[in-house]
Amino acid sequence: MTRIWDPRIEEMPVPDLKKLQYKLLKTLVYRLYSFSPFYHERMKEQGVHPDEINSLEDITKLPFMYKSDLRDNYPDRIFTAHRDDLVRYHVSSGTTGKPTVVGYTQNDLNNWTSSLARALVSCGLGRGDVIQVSYGYGLFTGGLGLHYGAEKIGATVLPTSVGNTERQIELMQDLNSTAIACTPSYLLHIGEVAEKMGVSIRDDTSLRVGILGAEPWSENMRKRIEDWLGINAYDIYGTSELSGPMFCECTEQNGFHVWGDLAYVEILDPETGEPLPPGEKGEMVITMLQKEALPMIRYRIGDISSMEEGVCACGRTHPRIQRISGRVDDMLIIRGINVFPSQIEYALMGVPEVGRHFMIIVDRKGALDEMLVQVEVSGEAFSDKITDLMSIRRKVEHRLRNTLNVAVSVELVEPGSLPRFEGKAKRVIDRRRL
Amino acid sequence: MDTYVIRQVSVFSENRPGRLAAIARALQDEKINILAFSIAEADGFGVVRALVDRPDRAFETLGSLGFNVAFTDVIAVKMRDEPGGLYEIARILGDAQINIEYSYAYSGKEGAVLILRVDDVQSAIQALLERGAGIMESSAFQ
Repeated sequence: MTRIWDPRIEEMPVPDLKKLQYKLLKTLVYRLYSFSPFYHERMKEQGVHPDEINSLEDITKLPFMYKSDLRDNYPDRIFTAHRDDLVRYHVSSGTTGKPTVVGYTQNDLNNWTSSLARALVSCGLGRGDVIQVSYGYGLFTGGLGLHYGAEKIGATVLPTSVGNTERQIELMQDLNSTAIACTPSYLLHIGEVAEKMGVSIRDDTSLRVGILGAEPWSENMRKRIEDWLGINAYDIYGTSELSGPMFCECTEQNGFHVWGDLAYVEILDPETGEPLPPGEKGEMVITMLQKEALPMIRYRIGDISSMEEGVCACGRTHPRIQRISGRVDDMLIIRGINVFPSQIEYALMGVPEVGRHFMIIVDRKGALDEMLVQVEVSGEAFSDKITDLMSIRRKVEHRLRNTLNVAVSVELVEPGSLPRFEGKAKRVIDRRRL
Repeated sequence: MDTYVIRQVSVFSENRPGRLAAIARALQDEKINILAFSIAEADGFGVVRALVDRPDRAFETLGSLGFNVAFTDVIAVKMRDEPGGLYEIARILGDAQINIEYSYAYSGKEGAVLILRVDDVQSAIQALLERGAGIMESSAFQ
């Protein structure tokens, strides 16, 4: 089986890769300065001319882009390709406001597909695999993105999209899916529904790989999924602004490779905007080096992570980004302390007495913020004794306090009573603004 | 001695309106009769404990509706329905160094009955039998 999809690019020596990135950046900046009124204006405001971009590091001279730039220019005012050259649109769900539209030229689609072809091969998939794509098909990028990536490497696609979980499980068995692409919470849901149907994903299906993303998850959740379902679970990353899901972990499972010929990543201090050294957690800022229809330069995507450079054990030379540990805008500030929902997930994974699902309710009592975390008591842990239940609750409270450094109340709720998410999980109810 | 061990059905319930009704409705739909029951409450949640005529069916039904259900071994003792009746029973257990974790009682046509959850079920049955207390066989309920 092919181990590396495009060895010339994926194993390119680091100095050569950097040279290529610089060349692509320089070309991009000149092109946009000359042909895009939006970017021209932005660079003028920042007081920077393409002639001043003389190294890869000079990228820090360029202005940032924000999600609001896409919203404010809805639907396509900052596109840099002629409308007749567009071959597809995707539209983001607009959970944080007005929807945003992304356009693709044929080259954009080709680059997106080859990014995913490299990614899928890097986690051990190829011809002979049946990849069940359980991301939504349609305006959302997940379904179609994975679909064409999987076809490209010669795998067989089972385009189930989201929902109708029982049917997904039947098809997974009947057509011997070896991989599934979906959100980690939807895979947990599939596992639960399968158990109710008397189907063990581990023993009764051929599933061996999960390509999981589109929402934050944790290393503990990976272990739980892998141990429970008997598969290898890989983190995949992307957003519609980058094209869609783009980058995936290789079999080393140590961060996703960002293909340097397509994207350049900076990790910055979210407060100061200053670059942070490798390994340190900060805000990811991404420049797409080859996009034609909707170029993104120094895009503040809002995700928090850290980056490792240097050659990976898999042989690939492209930088690795660690699993996303939070969103700049998901961050809750509870009594002055930064809290990410992913930390709560991490803490709960260590308490088998409570289930995998949770909700966070933030409220303000007087001047004080109060955070309540609802968890489900697992069937095995349920005891007739009130004192046992109280000690489970204290255990969860204690663990959360240690992880978050802020006092949390915990409420035990009945199993199955918390919402299950098939798309992006929305686990925070913040009542402080009401 | 197992003839005296009664399987009580315990159900985890959130402490909010309608939860007991949901449990009771499920039992009604299956024509399961509740012979004795109590609710223990804590902050935000509670445990509903019941003796029913068909515990396995109750367990299955509530479990399939998504409730957390468990069986707990309890014993039932007939008491004299007059002053001192409870004392007789409690004294026997106290003398035998058996701790009562929780208990509830009902008083019906055939007298008063005390349901007991104790830390050592076998020793409790032994002590009650030796002292001639009216310990009831589980077949009286189930």
